[in-house]
Amino acid sequence: MQNNAQETERLRQYKKRSQLGSVCRRFAKSRTAMFGLILLIILILIAIFCGFFLDYEGEVIKQNVRERLQFPSWQHPFGTDQFGRDVLCRVIWGTRISLSASLVIIAIATLFGALFGALAAYYGGMVDNVIMRVMDIFYALPFNLLAICIVASLGNGMLNLGAACVVGVIPGFTRVFRSAIMPIRNQEYIEAARACGTRDLRILTRHILPNAMGPIIVQATLNLAITILAIAGLSYIGLGVEAPAPEWGTMLSDGREYMRNYPYLVIFPGLAIMISAMALNLIGDGLRDALDPKLKN
Amino acid sequence: MDEKQILEIENLSVEYRTDEMLVRAVNGVNLRLKRGETLGLVGETGAGKTTLALTLMRLLPRGIGFVTGGSVKFDGANLLSLREGDMLAYRGKLLSMIFQDPMTSLNPVIPVGKQVAEVLELHNEAHRTKEQIEERVDEMFRLVGIPPERKGEFPHQFSGGMKQRVVIAIALACEPRLLIADEPTTALDVTIQAQVLAMMTELKEKLDTSMIMITHDLGIVAETCDQVAVMYAGEIVENGSVEAIFEGERHHPYTEGLFGSIPRLDIETERLRPIAGAIADPSDLPSGCRFHPRCPHCTQRCKAEAPAEHVVNGHMIRCHLYEGGAKA
Repeated sequence: MQNNAQETERLRQYKKRSQLGSVCRRFAKSRTAMFGLILLIILILIAIFCGFFLDYEGEVIKQNVRERLQFPSWQHPFGTDQFGRDVLCRVIWGTRISLSASLVIIAIATLFGALFGALAAYYGGMVDNVIMRVMDIFYALPFNLLAICIVASLGNGMLNLGAACVVGVIPGFTRVFRSAIMPIRNQEYIEAARACGTRDLRILTRHILPNAMGPIIVQATLNLAITILAIAGLSYIGLGVEAPAPEWGTMLSDGREYMRNYPYLVIFPGLAIMISAMALNLIGDGLRDALDPKLKN
Repeated sequence: MDEKQILEIENLSVEYRTDEMLVRAVNGVNLRLKRGETLGLVGETGAGKTTLALTLMRLLPRGIGFVTGGSVKFDGANLLSLREGDMLAYRGKLLSMIFQDPMTSLNPVIPVGKQVAEVLELHNEAHRTKEQIEERVDEMFRLVGIPPERKGEFPHQFSGGMKQRVVIAIALACEPRLLIADEPTTALDVTIQAQVLAMMTELKEKLDTSMIMITHDLGIVAETCDQVAVMYAGEIVENGSVEAIFEGERHHPYTEGLFGSIPRLDIETERLRPIAGAIADPSDLPSGCRFHPRCPHCTQRCKAEAPAEHVVNGHMIRCHLYEGGAKA
């Protein structure tokens, strides 16, 4: 009798597992995805807390000619650059810039991408045509070229770089989101919601978007990595973050001249870019597998 | 207009227009429904039953489905001339609809209780508080026979029959005047069908709701309906009380064909007699009587001239055979 009750309770618990729970479990099963997640958490912690143990004015951007170009040592684990700044401090501070900038860029791009994609998919016809053809125009230009054009015409700086990245990323997002939303629009539960007197806007936000969340999340995570690379790349050619700020791409570009004799100047920022991009890609892949209902169990 | 008449459809026609073709799905339909009564709408797949239902809800696909004529009076208001904004207040509140497949008509990412609560929030004229809405949700769950503790669960955790109960709870939450049930039990197995139908009839009586039951199962009609309308190629070919249709002597040849194609326990037959041919192509309707290519009593006149509605004692038959009230 006792056993029976336990069994029922066990079944009940089993049934109670939510969708989110099962997605998390599937994600946790993948070692590479968990590795990426751990890396990302470390990077995020570094980005948040670097302000507490580093003094931006005194350690990150202060020049110290007497200590210039020292090889890695106990005092400067990553060595110092041509202005005598500690490379470790700068790489650490760079995490904050790269992560926060790419997060903001992707957040804005996701918002617009979801909006345009939803409008195009939901209303179809003329609206769809206009939105998608405009996106096609942007899509026709290579991402880097488009970003260079925008930054070149608006002028250097983090804000313009961000704007360029947003514009560059939106078309891809819009396409993915549109194709994710299209099949949901024709589901019977959307018609049922309409039969209950639900307005278009509410149908879009409450019924359609939550069902299209899977592809949206995956697209956003994978594009975070692309954005980090893009920021570094554009900074490397001098179109991004301005001089003393320790952006990884800028550091690469500054270290270029000394690369032959002081390779650590480019190795460490390069590693930082690689690790963060890899972490995000691993997570993105893991999420894609975890959110795909066809791969269940 | 008669006080008790809740729905009056007059001469309603609906077309679907696409680039390839023009489909005349509903052609000159007249229907009346009294408060508290159930109308069974029967006919083959493609007869225009669902189109008629979607027209009543004003949910025809945008840019494709068009009402080309006629009027629909519901509770005194002309549904077809209402603005979309006003229509929102009707849907779910006064008019609600149960869809065919409960597997797909619930949103998979929202807990079922929330889906019932949503329709209550949308039509919250009484300014109910959150707690009152939750109470009402519990009440609806008990009414349809689901323990209220399960309201936090998602649709995939329910069986088909249970999902249809949730759908019914959503449809009846606001105590609508008219419930349109579009083949509500087609996707369910037979025992669950009986349960769900019994529950729907009971709830309908309790809430004094009128109902349009769309089905191709004559057994369901006999069990639940007061009035029956037989639909063929977008027209009502026969319309009468359930007694007149099931026990009367006079029938449209199509109705006779429908009854001939279901097995009966009391008459021994070697084979069923299905209706010859396929349903008329609504993009290319035959001239004269729509049924003439399949009709065993077809005459020259049927091919040329569309029959009028011949009514005797409230039993309408659209066939030349019954001109002047008697079978020729």
